Amino acid sequence: MALLEVKDLVIDIPVGVGTLHAVSGVSFSLERGETLAIVGESGSGKSLTSLAIMDLLPKRVQRRAARLAFDGIDLSTISAAGMRRLRGNRMAMIFQEPMTSLNPSYTIGDQLTEALTCHRKVSASAARDRAVHLLEKVGITAAARRLSQYPHQLSGGLRQRVMIAMALMCGPELIIADEPTTALDVTIQAQILHLIADLQKEFGMAVILITHDLGVVARVADKVGVMYAGSLVETAPARTLFRHPAHPYTRGLLDCIPVPGRTVPGAPLGAIRGQVPNLIGRLEGCAFRNRCDLAGPDCATPIPLVQPEPDHAVRCLRAMIPEAAA
Amino acid sequence: MTMPLTSTDTSQSPLDLPPARRAPLLSFLSKGFGHGGFLLGATLLALIVVLALAAPLVAPHDPYAQNLARRMVPPVWDAKGNWAHILGTDKLGRDYLSRLLYGAQISLLIGTVTVLISGTIGTVLGVCAGYFGGRVDAVLSYIVTTRLALPVVLVALASAALVGSSLQGVIIVLGLLLWDRFAVVTRSATQQVMGSDFIAAASAIGCSTPRIILSEVLPNILNPLIVVATLEMAHAILLEAALSFLGLGVQPPLPSWGLMIAEGKQYMFFSPWVIAIPASALVLLVLAINLVGDGLRDITAPENRN
Amino acid sequence: MLAFTLRRLVVAVSVAFTVSVIAFTLLHLSGDLATAIAGPEASAAQVAEIRQQYGLDRPLSAQYLDWLWGALHLDFGRSFYFRDSVASLISERLPVTMTLGAISLAISLIIAVPLGVLAAVYRGTLIDRLALTFCVLGQALPTFCLGLGLIIVFAVNLRWLPVSGNASWQNYVLPSIALGWYAVPAVMRLSRNGMLEVLSQDYIRTAYAKGLSPARVILKHALRNAIIPVVALAAVQFGFMLGGSIVVEAVFSMHGIGHLAWEAIARNDFPVVQAVVLVLASIYITLTFLADVLNALLDPRMRVA
Repeated sequence: MALLEVKDLVIDIPVGVGTLHAVSGVSFSLERGETLAIVGESGSGKSLTSLAIMDLLPKRVQRRAARLAFDGIDLSTISAAGMRRLRGNRMAMIFQEPMTSLNPSYTIGDQLTEALTCHRKVSASAARDRAVHLLEKVGITAAARRLSQYPHQLSGGLRQRVMIAMALMCGPELIIADEPTTALDVTIQAQILHLIADLQKEFGMAVILITHDLGVVARVADKVGVMYAGSLVETAPARTLFRHPAHPYTRGLLDCIPVPGRTVPGAPLGAIRGQVPNLIGRLEGCAFRNRCDLAGPDCATPIPLVQPEPDHAVRCLRAMIPEAAA
Repeated sequence: MTMPLTSTDTSQSPLDLPPARRAPLLSFLSKGFGHGGFLLGATLLALIVVLALAAPLVAPHDPYAQNLARRMVPPVWDAKGNWAHILGTDKLGRDYLSRLLYGAQISLLIGTVTVLISGTIGTVLGVCAGYFGGRVDAVLSYIVTTRLALPVVLVALASAALVGSSLQGVIIVLGLLLWDRFAVVTRSATQQVMGSDFIAAASAIGCSTPRIILSEVLPNILNPLIVVATLEMAHAILLEAALSFLGLGVQPPLPSWGLMIAEGKQYMFFSPWVIAIPASALVLLVLAINLVGDGLRDITAPENRN
Repeated sequence: MLAFTLRRLVVAVSVAFTVSVIAFTLLHLSGDLATAIAGPEASAAQVAEIRQQYGLDRPLSAQYLDWLWGALHLDFGRSFYFRDSVASLISERLPVTMTLGAISLAISLIIAVPLGVLAAVYRGTLIDRLALTFCVLGQALPTFCLGLGLIIVFAVNLRWLPVSGNASWQNYVLPSIALGWYAVPAVMRLSRNGMLEVLSQDYIRTAYAKGLSPARVILKHALRNAIIPVVALAAVQFGFMLGGSIVVEAVFSMHGIGHLAWEAIARNDFPVVQAVVLVLASIYITLTFLADVLNALLDPRMRVA
């Protein structure tokens, strides 16, 4: 059984003039110890998807799914208390903004140990020891001394390390990292990503990495899901995706970054023309068709899922299927 | 935050649509009618203003005419009341309804003139501090801090006693005391306006300081200014009532509501209506003004609503 | 933190001096004190005698410095009317007002903070609307009207509590409610807004992501941050209450410092009025200073600044 199953996840946001279909029909599954990267532009619904799994969506946002299950537990029918027992305990989250994600009024130590003591009956000193141990694990020196420091006394990179340590406090089976490096300096970004990848191997957790950076994906992900305008347009193993991107949007994305062996040296990088469509109101057909060079009138009809390989799925009528598979 | 920016900075979030553009007055009216509190307050206030202005026409009696034979007649809903004096008479036999109507004139007059004086002082200080910044700003915040340290009711009472307790005295004293919120609000509004491009443009084409202040800054801080003016008007009316209640504000025989309450105090154990009637009038007027003020803030600066 | 405290202290002290100048000149520039003291029937010779007796013939600056020097030693001169030293009058009356102010502040905080927090947590619901309506109505009800209403209902009709005076603790109940009421709308709005702002912060989402219960997130993670501005406001409101107690003390005939000032103003007793203004302003200045320092202590970000 997969650790996480998501089937036909729909997220609607009521706005003044109608309903914004932020996520429509996203499906994927994740095995234990696996790393899934979800890629997409801002506004594609990838962050909302991750918040939906954790049940952390704002009140006015509506979530529906044909199936949403963690380790066989149905998350769409679970009680609030039951969800709380999972959250932070068996599934944890790392957020985008390390600068504002820690409470300014409490020490690092207090916030770290709280993550453990609210789920386990452990002594304060045991919780403290675990906090020190994990701070060292995430590469923070003088960990014991950091416990009595306040968030404003740490740099952004250090705070993100603290957030990672906090997510690890209960030894979760799933970690969702929502653009964990976006707010950090470029030099720090690589360190944090390597850290997450190393910890994932060491503790055998499953990881969902939300990012808009394909370069990151290539290095750490087992599987990749590409999101566009609220739907998952292509899912594939990382190697397949980079070698044989099937969806025109995925190919457009890959043309925008230099990839060794794919980008022609000296040739200009690509760009995707046009803009992300407005998601308010009823949507029919492929959301990418207004920006797609291959689009035809039939793209306005519902698009079936094509599976060139068992673990490769793409939602496009004109998907570029590699010959070996076809 | 301020009004002038709303047309350009309507939220960039994909979750919001830019609002449809409408003529400012039309948009104001439609929002005003959609805002329950504002509508209620504005209706109530309009009613009170009309009644106050029309007092000579609608008042059934002369508010100063004493009739010692008909003292302390209870209001009409009391068993001993009669329709000649709908709200009864006071200890000197003066018609309570007529006094109440003329009292509204006093409250509105005091509220309006006080706000004109204090608004002018506060706006000049606040705009200067916001415009010039630096040392001017530091001096202003010092003045405001000092002003806030003075106990208002006490200083107002003492000054009113000194300049002579009278309608004019109360207005002058309150006008000179209640400018602090004007200064604070216009200062921050001016600072925000100063950060915008059209000020940079105006100074780049060589507009003089007075011209920038008069034609660029003032129109753009008008909305928050009107909101403060409304709320401060309520404040001034309440303070006048308190001063008059303490006997150091408006003097008899003027029918100030605060004075009517003070005069009725000795009879309140047996005839609670003598204070309940002017107190209700005061509460209604202040409530109406506050509702209008809160409503204006919500309508003109939705991001500032609480 | 030390630099912040020192800077704040310098401002506090200089504001206190400015207030003393204002309190002094306000009363001296507004008319001839000697004539006022002597009364309307006094002859020119009597006025001159009084002028000399009270030192009113000397330059204003010299009079001010004398007065200030005395005030710094808590010597505010002698009352014209009460024939007693102003300092002893104040020390006798101040405890009544301070007690009244403290109870009023406690009452208003106990009502306003939970109400504000509830309104924020249940934003947009009936609870929120009721709290805001309560606020708007509260702002429109003047202290003295509420005081008189409380007397009519609880003292006269129900006979639960005494009408006036300050002999026992029962005497403080109604005045404290009347005075505390005054601060409720402001404190409630600030608690609600502070709470709303904090609840939208990223660290609140982090707290939920840890699996904490909503009660724990609100009470531990949100309230602590939302309450910081309320501390400063509470100090300011306490200062306003001491100043506003004059009305409540008049309504309930409590012999506090406000009542003293009221009597003194009505009788042109300038030394008392000056002293009360200065004392109340100094208490306000001290309170706001302490509130700023306390704020800095509560907010770790400000401690290093």
